[in-house]
Amino acid sequence: MVGITAYGAYLPRMRLQKQVIADANAWFDPGLKGLAKGEKAICNWDEDTITMAVEAYIDCLGNAPGQAPAALLLASTTLPFADRQNSVVVAEALNLDTSDLRTMDITSSQRAATSGLLSALDIAAAGKEAVLVASEHRRAKVASREEMLFGDAAAAIAVGSENVIAELVASQSQAIDFIDHYRGEGQDFDYGWEERWVRDEGYMKIVPDAVNALLSKAGVSAGDIAHFILPTDQGRVPAMVAKKLGINGEAVTDNLLQSVGITGAAHVMLLLAHRLEQAAPGDLVLVAGFGQGCDVLLFKVTEAISTPRLGKGVSGHLSNGRPETNYNKYQSFNNLLEKELGKRSEVNKQGYLSAMYRARGLTNSFLGGKCSACNTVQMPKHKYCVNPDCGAFDTQEDHPMAGAMGQVATWTADTLTFDYNPPAYFGMVTFEGGGRIMMDMSEVDAETFDTGAKVSVHFRLKQIDDQAGFRKYFWKAIQA
Amino acid sequence: MASGIKDKVVILGAGCSKFGERWDCEPADLMAEAFEECIADAGIEKSQIEAAWQSTGIDAYSVGPGAMPLSMGLRLPYIPVTKIENYCASGTEAFRAATYAVASGACDIALAMGFEKLKDTGYGGLPQRSRGVANDLYYPNLSAPGMFAQLAAGYRGKYGTSKEDLKRAMAHVSVKSHANGLKNPKAHLQRAITMEQALNAPMIAEPIGLFDCCGVSDGAACAIVTTPEIAKSLGKDRLIAVKALQLCASNGQEGGYDGWDGSYVQTTRIAAKRAYAEAGITKPREQVSMTEVHDCFSVTEMVTMEDLFLSEDGGAVTDVLDGVFDADGKIPCQIDGGLKCFGHPIGATGLRMLYEMYLQLSGKAGERQLPNPTVGLTHNLGGFPHQNVSSVAIIGEYGI
Repeated sequence: MVGITAYGAYLPRMRLQKQVIADANAWFDPGLKGLAKGEKAICNWDEDTITMAVEAYIDCLGNAPGQAPAALLLASTTLPFADRQNSVVVAEALNLDTSDLRTMDITSSQRAATSGLLSALDIAAAGKEAVLVASEHRRAKVASREEMLFGDAAAAIAVGSENVIAELVASQSQAIDFIDHYRGEGQDFDYGWEERWVRDEGYMKIVPDAVNALLSKAGVSAGDIAHFILPTDQGRVPAMVAKKLGINGEAVTDNLLQSVGITGAAHVMLLLAHRLEQAAPGDLVLVAGFGQGCDVLLFKVTEAISTPRLGKGVSGHLSNGRPETNYNKYQSFNNLLEKELGKRSEVNKQGYLSAMYRARGLTNSFLGGKCSACNTVQMPKHKYCVNPDCGAFDTQEDHPMAGAMGQVATWTADTLTFDYNPPAYFGMVTFEGGGRIMMDMSEVDAETFDTGAKVSVHFRLKQIDDQAGFRKYFWKAIQA
Repeated sequence: MASGIKDKVVILGAGCSKFGERWDCEPADLMAEAFEECIADAGIEKSQIEAAWQSTGIDAYSVGPGAMPLSMGLRLPYIPVTKIENYCASGTEAFRAATYAVASGACDIALAMGFEKLKDTGYGGLPQRSRGVANDLYYPNLSAPGMFAQLAAGYRGKYGTSKEDLKRAMAHVSVKSHANGLKNPKAHLQRAITMEQALNAPMIAEPIGLFDCCGVSDGAACAIVTTPEIAKSLGKDRLIAVKALQLCASNGQEGGYDGWDGSYVQTTRIAAKRAYAEAGITKPREQVSMTEVHDCFSVTEMVTMEDLFLSEDGGAVTDVLDGVFDADGKIPCQIDGGLKCFGHPIGATGLRMLYEMYLQLSGKAGERQLPNPTVGLTHNLGGFPHQNVSSVAIIGEYGI
């Protein structure tokens, strides 16, 4: 039996109220208010597809350094690097055992995640474990329909042949150069065609074709489908497609349009993760990925679905949001405005790649050192033990700290230094089990934050060099 | 233990430029201003200086590397000149080097010159700069007030001091220094402020507000040192001698090991103990007449009172509010206005402090002269509260 063994998701905590976008742009396009219901999940300035992918994996499989899947596949159309494998950054941030790990970025289509999942399932069919993470952080033009619709999120699906919670029954892939929208090389934004044409010639024809081919191959009746997942930014389309196919209305999955937004290539996995939270043994789950054709996968839920999960899941993240009403902040974080950042932002952002490579145990994987002579944990790892009663030379072994809980020993909220989201919070964090480091903090709730606050650490953006197209990552403390 | 520096070297002369936004001055102009006062005070010729040390903190915004700025700036007579940088202790380091050179017998007369041109950045506050290629990858992008605000959080965490009480003590520190600076024509900021102003000023880095921060300025200060014997031979009768010069650099324990709670500065405590031992001071609160400490921020000065053992641990808030360190208090602190009013041209600061102590001990401090001080202590602190360099210098009347 091959299939899904675990699932998880990540939603940024910031939830932009769509009404503020519609209100700000009503002078220009009053029609936007028709899309103004609810909110959408948006990345903080220090989040991107890589950082969200790390979080989604952890939500799926937990923070367990040394985990050794055979493959880590990252699907997205908004990867920060066109040439530096993004999935490798995710793998190192997760501190996976990379000694025999296949990594791959899958991109260029809204279908990337389903194609990635099919590849992962092929790997599982060979008796190995693979993880597909889909993550998306799309930019949209100010006052566009896309700005009202797009959200940011990531989801992770682990596959294998043991402890399967949803067995792969069958799959079908069709490749058709149907251009509902595209984003050319060097372009920041999508260019799309009329929605009615996309609906009638695209969703209503291409998806049913693929689904029917799959159902007949599998010998399954459309009426037996318990969960139908079709991500689309057209609200009524999933129900229309379902009706055409003969799938029950209650099987149609909520597209999370008003709570998360449409999260691009990640959306299908986000919806799958959400639906699996509600699935019962025996349920048939039909997943369709649309984009230059269609991938369709049919799963059957097993008894193992009732095994308790690790992470928050989609539901947990949905209820963990923070309403954001500052449209300008959203525009700033997404580089949609030419904003005065101040002379203090004009620092040398050169990526010293050789130094970064040496430091990557700390910067990518948040590894400290543990002294084999006295067991003292220290950050960063050092030639000499920091314990004044020890001081041993060359005794430190890599010690993963990413899962450790910490406590804020000292802190401040700095308005002088440059930060995309001032004030900049940073301070000394002391970890349970030893080790401490002066580090940045993110997602601070100014009302409740103080000395003694409990924190966990998260892989986030540290610095963005728009000129060179480079970005640096490090770990930040976030209040638990 | 080594015999120490006590009474082996004396200050022959000292000088200090006006500190401030010296838009019209090159560093060499500032150096010359301080040097002319200093050499006239010393009563020697430039040609008698046998070695010199130059302290500057931030190359990029001053004059570039090496000894050229000082050597060329003063047209020194082809002597050994060395540039020193050690964070905010740079000025005291230059003085230490010159003093040790004289004490060793390597030269008879040496110059220590510190200067900095901070106002060529185009913005307020200290210049934004790298902390090193590897460190920049993970250090927070902390501003100087952001660094020292950590002390406030650590202090509150340890002693349970309320935010309000701590802020009032911090405000008192600044109000006191502004009152002192008002009487100093060389200070950058020469105006009084009220408690209300200090308490209600815009927040810079919680809980450090605008008036909890020292100024940012251009300036230069210097000292010429020699042996007591040479000073006497030059006709000096009231000799001001070096009693102790101590420095302590963190090795990373505070920031990397769990013993430190962020409420104090470990290096200052160690340097202070060594300095008191070197100077033969056993009861600092009774024996130290006055201090110039590194009040980059009000909270730093407050915590430093405990680190120098002038206040009990946890007692600085009360001592500060009781006026112990006011101009008319038991141990006046920043009688010249401190970094608060002078600003902090990094390389100059330590020497500016020594200049004031020298004036006070010589009875030449004018309107702000304290009655009969005998022992003056200066303190610098550079880096972060959790990893830094701290210096403590003690000077006093020769032979006592």
